Amino acid sequence: MQSDKVLEMQGICKTFPGVKALSNVNFTLRKGEVHALMGENGAGKSTLVKVMTGVYEKDAGQIEVEGKVVHFKSPQEAQNNGIGTVYQEITLCPNLTVAENMFIGRGRHAFVSWTSMNAKAAKLLESLSIPARPTQQLSSCSLAVQQMIAIARAIDMDCKILVLDEPTSSLDEDEVRKLFALMRELKSRGVGIVFITHFLDQVYEISDRITVLRNGELIGEYEAASLPQFELVSKMMGKALEDVEGLKKRETVAREDVPVFEAAGLSSSASVKPFDFAIRKGEVNGFTGLLGSGRSESVRAIYAADSVTGGEIKINGKKVKIDEPIDAMKQGIGYLPEDRKGDGIIADLSVRENIILAMQVMKGFFKPISRKQAEAFADEYVKCLSIKTASTNTPIRSLSGGNQQKVILGRWLLTHPQYLILDEPTRGIDVGTKVEIQKLVLKLAEEGVSVTFISSEIEEMLRTCSRLIVMKDGQIAGELTGESLTQKDVMHVIAGGNE
Amino acid sequence: MKFVRLKEQLSHLLLPLSVLAVLIVINLIKGADYFSVKIINGALYGNIPNLLFGSSELVILAIGMTLVTASSRGQDISVGVVAAITSAVFVQVLLRSGDITWMTIFIGFLASCGVGILLGAFNGSLVSIFKVQPMIATLILFTAGRSISFMIDGKLSPVLANDLTSQLGGVMPGLPIQTPIILTAIFIALVALFLKTTNLRLYAETVGINEKAARLNGINPMKVQFLTFMLLGICCAVAGFIAVTKAGRHDSVNILKFIEMDAILAVAIGGNSLGGGKFSITGSIIGAYTIEMLSRTLLRLEVGTETIKAFKAVFIIILMVVASPVVREYLSRVKIRRGVGFLNGFGKKEA
Repeated sequence: MQSDKVLEMQGICKTFPGVKALSNVNFTLRKGEVHALMGENGAGKSTLVKVMTGVYEKDAGQIEVEGKVVHFKSPQEAQNNGIGTVYQEITLCPNLTVAENMFIGRGRHAFVSWTSMNAKAAKLLESLSIPARPTQQLSSCSLAVQQMIAIARAIDMDCKILVLDEPTSSLDEDEVRKLFALMRELKSRGVGIVFITHFLDQVYEISDRITVLRNGELIGEYEAASLPQFELVSKMMGKALEDVEGLKKRETVAREDVPVFEAAGLSSSASVKPFDFAIRKGEVNGFTGLLGSGRSESVRAIYAADSVTGGEIKINGKKVKIDEPIDAMKQGIGYLPEDRKGDGIIADLSVRENIILAMQVMKGFFKPISRKQAEAFADEYVKCLSIKTASTNTPIRSLSGGNQQKVILGRWLLTHPQYLILDEPTRGIDVGTKVEIQKLVLKLAEEGVSVTFISSEIEEMLRTCSRLIVMKDGQIAGELTGESLTQKDVMHVIAGGNE
Repeated sequence: MKFVRLKEQLSHLLLPLSVLAVLIVINLIKGADYFSVKIINGALYGNIPNLLFGSSELVILAIGMTLVTASSRGQDISVGVVAAITSAVFVQVLLRSGDITWMTIFIGFLASCGVGILLGAFNGSLVSIFKVQPMIATLILFTAGRSISFMIDGKLSPVLANDLTSQLGGVMPGLPIQTPIILTAIFIALVALFLKTTNLRLYAETVGINEKAARLNGINPMKVQFLTFMLLGICCAVAGFIAVTKAGRHDSVNILKFIEMDAILAVAIGGNSLGGGKFSITGSIIGAYTIEMLSRTLLRLEVGTETIKAFKAVFIIILMVVASPVVREYLSRVKIRRGVGFLNGFGKKEA
């Protein structure tokens, strides 16, 4: 039994400033199995993988590779212990040849024997039946083949454990099939594969076992065959936090009045199929669905964050054109992006500058807000959102995630929007702040602001939204309203699709 | 609050200011009369006025370079060449208008500014629309520019022999300070006013730090980058104007030769990241003066003109190593260990 386990992780804990990313997580990988690691965003999947592959050092816990206790301080060490990783984005060099990519950075010699390198590469490619020539430039291969070459590179380093972090996200169906064939081949050779994806069907197609994480905690380890898809979804999305019972969502607003925002046939370049959508004054609605279902892409289309390819928009019944974010801002729409670091904060600028940014841009290039006024605005929102910062002069990057998020919230509140889009405002932040943000959403709605609220945690949305739009495969799969919304209703739409 | 802001700025300017201080000390050791000035024909001359006079073009170009660096995360290496072209246009307008009056000089200056904006727009469009790396985009004008300038000249070095332009490049009657120094001061004041009355700083910094987020907050990154390149075009025109009136003739081959590297260096010495984002124009101006003072100090130390570049390089290497993140981090660790530290002590001396 013991010899069967290639990797055993026990009681792994990892804390980042302000967030407990992993608490007491166990994970076991057996020889020759594909083990899917599942969980919504922020569940701790990637942190666990990074601990496994030596990118992060664990705070507590124990890792055993083939029964030997190990303590990785760098990815190099993990690699030497037979753990190979292939990341979502291909981390190879596109302008080198296939063979160079497979062997780069591995020789201990200053000189390279090209012929023997190419021969070795050819042998490896053939044995894995990867359709590529060693001397071909990598960029001339398809994405799937590049992905396979990355895997081949990991394999050749004698790996016993292969970690595949969302390897299929940029592949089409045919390419996925090829990749799976390769995975099965490796499985038969006794390699243990950790497979991360958010495509449920793929999980069931290839995995033997499934481990589910949520909020940094282990939910359980299951045999794939005995865990119905519906149950998997419910395990990933989780149960309520009991301390927010006090929150009371608003009732669905009367249907007669003119919607604050109304879109017909809206579509964007980010593969969202044309959809209709409307929101009324003081309403809180939500877009839900699994990752990759198009929930973020839909709201990005509303804000013109991705280029809009079609559709008609009415604000308070009047037809308007929204081609760029600035147009949406001028119509009183605010947008808090999902990717806080990449799309939200201006890392090196101060809290003050980050707060006034949107308002300043709306005022215009030639009308700078005075330093005094800016400081007053910043102080006001730091106080009312209780943002923890040394001063308003502090660069935003030195704040914790939750506080950064509040700064961005403050940025939009300052513009007094009539319609606020919050995409994952509670992601990766501590429970206390999560509740605060939910309360704020409800308070805004009471004041007459319309809010679209997106969260990976279904419970959060059930608490705050009076109407849920369920997305699946870039399309609206259903719309749910009413007081009695339950998690089950949502999951039926996501997993089943009929009801 | 005011005090906090002052302290914050001082910590950014620590490096250029301390270098300047070191250079002044070296100069004073060489001769105590370093600061002395003489009045010749009613204008001030001396080490300091000459320094300010000599570095006017560099200061102006460093200002524009700072803006471009901040917003486009890259540098423009065509500034010297663009200045050569704009000043060629200025000279041609003047020579062809027959009479040289204040009016024709003004028109010529406006024309050269127009050309500067045009060339800046050319560079800017390559960078902002076609996403060419700034250094590569500006390499085109860097390569072709002096030939273009030569074609505009039509013949070797057209000469500007008249009173008015030599007053602009030298001394105006009744004014005790050489005109280029005054023009530089006016230019700096205008830039300061522009930064005060517009959001250029916020926009350029935001775009330089996070272009995607800038767009989501309603800023058009393309426009901002375009604008900074056009402003740099104006800086080039003004620098070219000063250079050509100083020289009294337009020499396409040698006018403002190699100044682009000094301008970039001034930005770096000024404590600005060459990777864009937050910027300090004050830093770049001090950086520009530092470079000029360095050359002059080396001359004063009787380093031969042929070897001066090598000495300059050594000095700059030392400077860049001291300012590098590695050394900074080391110093801040030392500072934490000792409680009060080296850098802090330095700051106090400066203040």
